[in-house]
Amino acid sequence: MGRGTSAELSRRPALSLPLTAALALLLAALAFGAVMIGPYGLSPGETLAALLGRGEVQAQIVVWNIRLQRVGAALLVGAALASAGATYQALFRNPLVSPDILGVSAGAGLGAVAGIFLSLPVAAIQAAAFAGGMAAVGVVTLVAALVRGADRTLTLVLIGVVIGALAGAATSLLKVLADPYDQLPAITFWLLGSLSSVTSADIRPALPMVLAGLVPLAALRWRINVLSLGDDEARALGVEAGRTRFVVIAAATLITASVTALAGVVGWVGLIIPHIARMLVGPGFGRLLPVSALIGAGYLLVVDTLARTLAQIEVPLGVLTAVIGAPFFVWLLARGRRGWS
Amino acid sequence: MLTAERLDIGYGARAVGRGLSLSVGPGDILCLLGPNGCGKTTLFRTLLGLLPPLGGTVMLGGIPLTAQRRAEIARRVAYVPQAHAPPFPYDAFEVVLMGRTARLGPFGQPGAADRAAAHAAMERLGIAELASRDYSRLSGGQRQLVLIARALAQEAPLIVMDEPTASLDFGNQAQVLAQIAALARGAKGSDQSVILSTHDPDQAFALGARVALMTDGRIDAQGPASDVLTGAALSRVYGLPVSVETTETGRKVCLPALGAGGQGG
Repeated sequence: MGRGTSAELSRRPALSLPLTAALALLLAALAFGAVMIGPYGLSPGETLAALLGRGEVQAQIVVWNIRLQRVGAALLVGAALASAGATYQALFRNPLVSPDILGVSAGAGLGAVAGIFLSLPVAAIQAAAFAGGMAAVGVVTLVAALVRGADRTLTLVLIGVVIGALAGAATSLLKVLADPYDQLPAITFWLLGSLSSVTSADIRPALPMVLAGLVPLAALRWRINVLSLGDDEARALGVEAGRTRFVVIAAATLITASVTALAGVVGWVGLIIPHIARMLVGPGFGRLLPVSALIGAGYLLVVDTLARTLAQIEVPLGVLTAVIGAPFFVWLLARGRRGWS
Repeated sequence: MLTAERLDIGYGARAVGRGLSLSVGPGDILCLLGPNGCGKTTLFRTLLGLLPPLGGTVMLGGIPLTAQRRAEIARRVAYVPQAHAPPFPYDAFEVVLMGRTARLGPFGQPGAADRAAAHAAMERLGIAELASRDYSRLSGGQRQLVLIARALAQEAPLIVMDEPTASLDFGNQAQVLAQIAALARGAKGSDQSVILSTHDPDQAFALGARVALMTDGRIDAQGPASDVLTGAALSRVYGLPVSVETTETGRKVCLPALGAGGQGG
């Protein structure tokens, strides 16, 4: 029959490289626009001059000390959450999975709330959030290894739900005990996610950790495809499923915990963005990961720019991503089986 | 190629089968027959090293299965599961390409040679035109052929197929069986061995296979189809009268008695 010509083979993949390049350009344009927008509005010319270290001093200060940090943080958090989401979805063979499936957000939330409750400095609160997220997933994998269930993946997810609920209960207890005038608003704000107080000192530890998490994901991109066929098949195809899954979970959790420590709990990004990316380039992880990261970065940049310009006060990020994400998700479901099966 | 000796199989403390011995040499086609729940799938999972044996040994390529890494096993034996829908819409070609995984390093990506092997496997089964189709939207028979192509792309000397024609309609069954028969004919001159399980004893005749008749976790009889698949043996294993007849074209078929006899239901 041999009619499988290369033209026929291009259902999606042939487009993925130009598409990725176009997305990267679009992202750069969005980032430039986001630097211009704010209470102290800048023209494109002024922005460019300030970026090059010329023009008005005040514009330079706004661009370099305020806007770039905020834009950079939004790009980092969005790219990280979408990458982790794409990873968890492939790993758990379920397109409805989000990065907090194994309790990383609940653990990070508990860590941060404990830090706020103990009136720790900001850096220590972030460290506590990171440690909490990593510890929650660590406990989940440990407990799941002890439970001799038939289905490893299902066991992990269910233990994740259990540990997440426990961490949520502990967080609620701390909220009840917290000082209602000083600590409680800070706790609430943190749990809704925000980049309003982000500084370059906050980005500096998160960036290398996100990159460190992305390296194994990129290196294992083919095996992650194979893992999404399920344990038995992946093993029969020659993949050490347990070991590979452990590395992938550790990497995705490192990424999620790092940015959750930076931005608080920002939901929906890791759930929605991989869907859009999968529609564009298909489920192959080697194409899915970079496209998810680019779209996630752009999406969170737009949402964060809205969060700081929409109203006089900052709108929490988690509120906006939920308001945008929930109807979009319903639309995805109504749209039918395209994008997953 | 593969030798199992006095194998006890099962999950944890629950034994499903005991004292199973079978061996497959280069070019052998072994057909595993038996009623539902007799332990065929458990035996396959044990032979593939997906389930640790409760007792006895499996030797694959002269080396104990338990002493081999997953990639080594996958280079010696390929697995064709029953056609399934994956959670994501991979191209059929991507699914076939996954058969090359055991030949890549842990961080490796399939290259031009792997793509060529995947294409050749699809060509060989006459499904090259499915390459760019969404695997999750193919018919059951097409999916099964894609999974067989994946096993061919794996280039393992032994292929294990778990009920490759189960849950297929009449036409798809015939199509898949014809491809397996072609594979089997090709296998006889080469070193390619196949183990498959089926519910249909006719298929064992059609494939000219060696047969292991399984019942209740034991191997009841083993040998050439015409020796093992007698009316008496099939009647014993399936618990109802079966007659084996030869058609005008010389093919043997197994016919269960349909009379409202004493077996009840």
